[in-house]
Amino acid sequence: MAKASTLFTYALRLGDDSLIIGQRLSEWCGHAPTIEVDLSLANVALDQIGQATHFLALAGAIEGKGRDADALAFKRDVLDFTNCLLVEQPNGDFAQTIARQFLFSHYQALLFGELAQSKDERFAAIAAKAAKEVAYHANLASDWVVRLGDGTDESRTRMDQGLQWMWRFVDELFVMDEVDAAAQKAGVGVDKAALRAAWDQRIDGVLNDATLARPASRRPALGGRKGHHSEHLGHVLSEMQFLQRAYPGAVW
Amino acid sequence: MTNKTIVIPDARSAIRNDETETIAEILASIPDPEIPAVSVIDLGIVRTIEAECVVITPTYTGCPATLAIERAIRAALDANGFTHVRLETTLAPPWSTDWITDEGREKLRAYGIAPPPKGADAAALRNETRPQCPRCGSLNTEEVSRFGSTPCKALWRCNACAEPFDRFKCH
Ligand SMILES: [Zn+2]
Repeated sequence: MAKASTLFTYALRLGDDSLIIGQRLSEWCGHAPTIEVDLSLANVALDQIGQATHFLALAGAIEGKGRDADALAFKRDVLDFTNCLLVEQPNGDFAQTIARQFLFSHYQALLFGELAQSKDERFAAIAAKAAKEVAYHANLASDWVVRLGDGTDESRTRMDQGLQWMWRFVDELFVMDEVDAAAQKAGVGVDKAALRAAWDQRIDGVLNDATLARPASRRPALGGRKGHHSEHLGHVLSEMQFLQRAYPGAVW
Repeated sequence: MTNKTIVIPDARSAIRNDETETIAEILASIPDPEIPAVSVIDLGIVRTIEAECVVITPTYTGCPATLAIERAIRAALDANGFTHVRLETTLAPPWSTDWITDEGREKLRAYGIAPPPKGADAAALRNETRPQCPRCGSLNTEEVSRFGSTPCKALWRCNACAEPFDRFKCH
């Protein structure tokens, strides 16, 4: 039996990952290269924010202090956010956004596939539902990696640079710290380290189709799960939380 | 107790109780807010109907229509004297397009939306199976965008009649 504080943090991390990448993607709304891409990114953002709503609501319920999904999303400061560093990275150009989505969606697809088997049916239910959604995200991002990588010199260069930018944040996805270990031991959480081989295989397969080389391993950037974020997250929150900061408790 | 739980899409054969049958009829008259051609029953988002409780499930985790659907069902139940019937939401098992009724599929097609193929397998997911154009019936169709005007739809084009159309995504 895992402690409530462990499960709270576990749900919070899942929710924060989805929330921050959903917010990042929504920055593209109205700015994407084509209307089809605009629709795609907005839809992926919507799915992610939907997943965040469920995971954060679960975190709030486990915590039992009356905080709902909105309170957790809008009324915490940057040090309390537990998302991985990958999702808070700037959109950059379209290729950089696709690189981030490609690496993250394949991770989420594997993670949710396993989490759907969780002994805790609350986690399992959200994961089973989200798994269907992220399968589409992974397909979309993979298709674009191939299209840009195996495209013009310009698109290829940008796709490669996007992957180079994001690559140092990959290792953090698979780190098992004490919270992950306790959640896994209780039969609730997933052995993320064990997902790495399958993830590598998926990524390498697509990179091969895209005629792109896998970026060289670099010193990994870690710390997001502990609240040690890059400067970028503060800027994300300042926009995302503006309304609740300026007009506390506003509803519509 | 004579109240029977009925599970869509086998609802029609399972209904044995007047009250649940009436509730089912009320729900069958509630349109989906984003695709009003089909009802919440047609879409398979009503999971069980009992005399005291109706259970629904969202299509997508972030579907903006979820709240509107809950409110519409609540209002319809209340307006028909079923204020005592609870409305609950469940996530498991996750909604699948396989739950869209045959009647619902035909309504979608008539409305100009190619219905989803049955069976959420990988080929269907990747849109490797071509939908029939809902206007002219041609199979000479191509994907324009995997994500469309709502989370549940993709955008396609018919090469025979040149019309664009929505395709309900396999889910
Ligand atoms: Zn046609």
